Amino acid sequence: MPTMHRFANPARFVRISSALLPWLTVAMVGFFGAGLYFGLFNSPPDYQQGDSVRIMYVHVPAATLASGVYVVMAVASAVALIWRHPLADVAAKSSAPIGAVFTLIALVTGALWGQPTWGTWWVWDARLTSVLIMLFLYLGYMGLWQAFDDERRAARAAAILALVGAVNLPIIRFSVDWWNTLHQPASIIRADGPTIHPDLLMPLGLMWGGFLCFFAVVLIVRMHREIVLRRIQALQTLQFETAAAVPQEA
Amino acid sequence: MLEFWALVRRDLLLARRQGSATTSVAVFFVLTVTLFPLGIGPESSLLARVAGGVIWVAALLATMLSLDRVYQSDFEDGSLDLIALGPLPLELVALAKTFAHWLVTGLLLVVLSPVLGILMQLDSAAFGTLVVAMALGTPALSLIGGIGAALTVSVKRGGVLLSLLILPLYIPVLIFGVGAVDAAADGITARPHLLMLGAILLFSLVLSPVASALALRLNLE
Amino acid sequence: MDTIRTFFDMGGYAAFVWPAFVVTAVLMGGLFAWSRHALRADRRTLDLLQQARRDMRSRARGTAEGEA
Repeated sequence: MPTMHRFANPARFVRISSALLPWLTVAMVGFFGAGLYFGLFNSPPDYQQGDSVRIMYVHVPAATLASGVYVVMAVASAVALIWRHPLADVAAKSSAPIGAVFTLIALVTGALWGQPTWGTWWVWDARLTSVLIMLFLYLGYMGLWQAFDDERRAARAAAILALVGAVNLPIIRFSVDWWNTLHQPASIIRADGPTIHPDLLMPLGLMWGGFLCFFAVVLIVRMHREIVLRRIQALQTLQFETAAAVPQEA
Repeated sequence: MLEFWALVRRDLLLARRQGSATTSVAVFFVLTVTLFPLGIGPESSLLARVAGGVIWVAALLATMLSLDRVYQSDFEDGSLDLIALGPLPLELVALAKTFAHWLVTGLLLVVLSPVLGILMQLDSAAFGTLVVAMALGTPALSLIGGIGAALTVSVKRGGVLLSLLILPLYIPVLIFGVGAVDAAADGITARPHLLMLGAILLFSLVLSPVASALALRLNLE
Repeated sequence: MDTIRTFFDMGGYAAFVWPAFVVTAVLMGGLFAWSRHALRADRRTLDLLQQARRDMRSRARGTAEGEA
């Protein structure tokens, strides 16, 4: 039975990930709880940016993980294309919405940070511009999955797109950096400020841990859902085939 | 090798029979650029400042709108299956078809670009660089766009999705293409930008046939 | 009371800091909730389908034994 091979591995994955899930959820809540406590209550405001620097506690993890998730997606896509591992494209598909949400958060919080800091809601600096482009890459990837009726075709097309995007991302970043220095030679704006005071590092690290656990938790949930969906599709195909094979009762 | 050129010739012949496709790309290019002075006003210095950007964005859009002609009609009438079964490796098929696409669209943009430079009051020093940059950039646009066309060939009404997929990938060509034109207009050397465009072109010459062939294979199964 | 007010005021940046955290919470919470909801709904569908298959199989077995 062709379906057996596809589900032999997922059963083990589902078992292990289901066991990990509660721990990861607890860790996530713990990281966020501690991070928010220290970030909002128990850390000093920046001597230059005042309390607006607290936005960094959500902006920086979101921005760095937005790129991180893309790397995960690209690696999973490569594994899917080269080794045809059945879970690899499930992992890639499940990561994309998380990466897109992180990217959107990075953009919105970046704008909210930019207005009090630089006096403008949006600034075409290299980092924000690259994040905006990455959002489009995520949306295109998710759109491609939806465009195909055949799930297997969608998986391979999306994998190709993810890899093409991954290969192009450094080129895009480089050219946006170049473009940025061409047009804004005066000030070099670093989104995390001139230096990060050590007192701010701990809440930042805690929030970072929270975001990372969030990614793991939601990834597992979404992967489980994909596996369930494919079982449903397999069952429905099976039912359709048996119904077609069995002669109708009079 | 013979089959490669035969395929290019075939695509060119088909394009000539559907003559309207070529002219409509040209008209779109000119029309889009014409919209900008109408939109932002006729003041020469303002137009000259944005000339590079406007011409390149129009070139990007014109290329993108014509991308479906690379594989779409052959896919629909089954010729693509026959070509894929033929002696030419799929990577060279992709290269041949994208080359033909460039000859029909991109080359036209290169030839038309000085005219558009005049419309946009581009600084006279930049005209030569504009043509060279276009000559380096438009093939890259056809190549990169070809990947998207191959990916979406089996998607019904995949045109908008194609744009969403390809436009972010076009950004480096846009940045360095405009950079070259602006540098020349400012009287400084455009060489680094042109070299980058050349590098992107060489890179796409390798990446595009490989990725397009992969995409075609999966869509033709 | 005064400390709570100064806390919410965020040194004058309240209009920026709080929306940032709220948007983050809404987007991430929403994704989390939606993912879990989708998983639960599809698990229910799968259970229904598997139950229907089991019923169909036992019915088929019943008729076969009846005819034997």
